[in-house]
Amino acid sequence: MSAHAPGPRIQPRRTTGIPYVLIVPAVIALLLGLGYPLIWQFITAFQKYGLAQQFGKPPEWVGFDNFADLLWNGEFWAVLVRSLLFCVVTAAVTVVVGVLMAQLMNAVGRTVRLILQVSMLFAWAMPVAAATTVFIWLFDRRRGVVNFLLDAIPGVDMNRFDWLGHPITFFIVASVLIIWMSVPFVSFAVYAGLTQISDEVMEAAQIDGAGAWQRFRRIIVPMIRPVLSIVLLLQLIWDLRVFAQITLLKDAGSKSGDFDLLGTYIYKLGTAANDYGMASAVSIIVLIITLALSWVYVRELIKEDEAQ
Amino acid sequence: MTAVKLGRIALSVLAIVLAIVWIFPVYWMVNSAFISTAVLQQFTPHFFPGQYFTWSNFTGAISDGSFFGALGMSVTITLLVVAVCLVFAFLGAVAISRFKFRGRKSFVLALLLIQMLPAEGLFIAQYKMVSSVGLLNTVVGVSVIYIAAVIPFTIWMLRGFVAGVPAELEEAAMVDGLSRFQAFMRITFPLLAPGLVASGVYAFLQAWNEFTVAVVLLPAESAQTLPLWLRGFVQASATRETDWGQVMAASTIVAIPVIIFFLIVQGRMTSGIVGGAVKG
Repeated sequence: MSAHAPGPRIQPRRTTGIPYVLIVPAVIALLLGLGYPLIWQFITAFQKYGLAQQFGKPPEWVGFDNFADLLWNGEFWAVLVRSLLFCVVTAAVTVVVGVLMAQLMNAVGRTVRLILQVSMLFAWAMPVAAATTVFIWLFDRRRGVVNFLLDAIPGVDMNRFDWLGHPITFFIVASVLIIWMSVPFVSFAVYAGLTQISDEVMEAAQIDGAGAWQRFRRIIVPMIRPVLSIVLLLQLIWDLRVFAQITLLKDAGSKSGDFDLLGTYIYKLGTAANDYGMASAVSIIVLIITLALSWVYVRELIKEDEAQ
Repeated sequence: MTAVKLGRIALSVLAIVLAIVWIFPVYWMVNSAFISTAVLQQFTPHFFPGQYFTWSNFTGAISDGSFFGALGMSVTITLLVVAVCLVFAFLGAVAISRFKFRGRKSFVLALLLIQMLPAEGLFIAQYKMVSSVGLLNTVVGVSVIYIAAVIPFTIWMLRGFVAGVPAELEEAAMVDGLSRFQAFMRITFPLLAPGLVASGVYAFLQAWNEFTVAVVLLPAESAQTLPLWLRGFVQASATRETDWGQVMAASTIVAIPVIIFFLIVQGRMTSGIVGGAVKG
């Protein structure tokens, strides 16, 4: 590391060995924790690797058989469609609510804004395991405060309503939980974008007769488009990885496969059924979906970074 | 004029209502943690502990027997991950922000892509790898996976800090006769303290909160981390009457250090994630 500077005149930094030495530790860590499993998984996805292989039988190459099996597997399609639907709906609602909250932050006075921001920071900071546990308690069948409050509305009978017992309401709870956890990030990011729009522009538009909706549509949305697209992409990617929430909610609710999303489905295939070939094939599909979405995000990020 | 004023008041009221809704689950956790379970089991919820205030849920949760083991696991794994990530990421960040080298762009691109890989898409393979070398239920096994997951974003975050210190400062010091290494250590490094703190807290939060990989790589009860310890309470609730007071006390214990540290670094993290899209 102690490359000595030649003299008073500093040379422009040329390619030397130093940067490569500096990134070696990180690269090794990444190869060990991610690279090796990734390669193993890629190979295993094209093998028959089940219980017999656990006991020493060498895995057998089967080409695309695992993927072909998935194509005809009703349970897999149900899980895939459910996961994508859950992901898209949750991400869309999160972004819409987040943008509205950001607008609200922008519209109210300083003290009120601070109160709103502090309360959102607490929600954002909650560890996922703690947050999910609290939601299980909030939606508890017998003594949950949600059923108590809903039941107090005249004409509504929610006494002992079993939220986690039915797939639809189970995923509504999961979605509400994830929206609650994710909206703060969206609002803070969008709010930061909103503060960059100058008051003069908005006033000028108002004087020219632009209504609230027109100002939102024609000025605000185009100006916050970069942050909006990044935030939406991230939500889509993040809402595909909800293993923690679904696992904990299932612990409190039902073990049935009707409540599985991709993460818990892979876990089941791998650890319960010992079918590593199929688990790897599904994992590869998840990785491909994520990478396709991430590619767009990363391109935006690098573009923004270079524009800076 | 009055209509505008009324509108403003209405918006403020709406904002306060939303603030209450958003903090409510956190409040409810703490509230329930201080009410004894016998009271929680009544059908009317209590919105303040009031006369029912008790510490017994906390003492009950801690004396559960597995708490200190889980705390020890969490602390050890977190410290290891933070220390290794800071050193490795610091070196990597210096490489990409202070040097031009062939492959730099692809390295950055790879980091950003890797960072997005979901644990769910890899954990079965990681399970096979870790178990094949006999490291299931060990600190090392799970830390290797955490480090790889946390390093990309820490490099990306630190890179911003290193790039924020003008290279001219270093060069001026080199004109004054310091070597490049000395110049870096005396000029740039001290200015990086906030960046190292922020990245360290980020790594801390990731390792401390992690649940998904922990479920897979730490199946034994004796090896569980705090989030898994918390899961034990939820799982137990499926078979017997849940002691919700204790469960909420356990949640509070897991959440408090996180909330404190999170409030320290929040601003820095948002700008790291959305990049230049928001110039704060």
